[in-house]
Amino acid sequence: MTTAQGQQHPISLYLQVWGWLFVLSFFSYLVDYNDLQGFWRWSLVLLFMSMKATLIVAVFMHMRWERLSLIYAILVPPLAMLTLILFLAAEGGYISALRAAYPG
Amino acid sequence: MTDSTAQQQGTSDPPRSGWQRVVDDWSADRQTFPRVSWGKTMMWIFLLSDTFVFGLLLVGYMAVRLTTPQPWPDTSEVFALTVAGVELPLLLIAIMTFILITSSGTMAMAVNYGYQRRRGLAAAFMGLTALLGLSFVGMQAFEWTDLIGKGVRPWDNPMGAPQFGAAFFMITGFHGLHVSIGVVLLLIIARRVLRGDYDRSGNYEAVEITGLYWHFVDLVWVFIFAFFYLL
Repeated sequence: MTTAQGQQHPISLYLQVWGWLFVLSFFSYLVDYNDLQGFWRWSLVLLFMSMKATLIVAVFMHMRWERLSLIYAILVPPLAMLTLILFLAAEGGYISALRAAYPG
Repeated sequence: MTDSTAQQQGTSDPPRSGWQRVVDDWSADRQTFPRVSWGKTMMWIFLLSDTFVFGLLLVGYMAVRLTTPQPWPDTSEVFALTVAGVELPLLLIAIMTFILITSSGTMAMAVNYGYQRRRGLAAAFMGLTALLGLSFVGMQAFEWTDLIGKGVRPWDNPMGAPQFGAAFFMITGFHGLHVSIGVVLLLIIARRVLRGDYDRSGNYEAVEITGLYWHFVDLVWVFIFAFFYLL
């Protein structure tokens, strides 16, 4: 719980998260190094990315100890981006199909 | 916010479940986030807006990459480094990633030592964080020089789709600007820590708020690393 005293957590927790971020980044790099393509490249990179993002926001930025109303106020609005991604991906597919059909 | 107001607002909280407290907080017709200081609230709101800025840059990158008829350059070759005669793919970017993660770790240490009132250690770790940030910006300058030397421009790219140049300079440039501003912010706050300003005010939260910004810069890099460099 946040108090006027601020966020105090054991240093070992930070070191663990730090270690995990290193390991996950290294795994992401290995995906590229071993030149994985297609499904495995996408799923592994996105998996490691979301794990790293979760660790940073939850522990380093202390989100998991914040007040619930603040957590929702910050974490819910970015989900709107998913709608934009969906729309632009659909439109992008349409445009590239048009450009393939009518080159030049 | 002073301690007494925090406690006043806190004591009116009955023990209730998480969702009920969310509804209470939003419907109580008063400060929405009791016990969260205004400084931290505003930093979070700023970071939320910044999330949308970076989100739009990345979605825009997705849109131009989907629609361009020209081939997209292979980033693992473009950003490869040759070490001892062996070409390692994406090595520079991997090093930058590890540096930024390390700086996030040192920042977390600084916040921790700040709350323990060990101001020498807190300032030292903030300085170390700033140094790592500077080396990150330095490597980015190297990367930009390299690509500019290869003829890549925001409007042109000899390796294929010109949109690659636009996306690269826009996204990494905006992120590098954030890192640079973070370095300045870190140095300003570290000086105040060293001077004992926060011992006098009795509140080291400024270090944590600076840390929020710095971790956010690292967080954005996690997404840039995945979407721009790896995928």
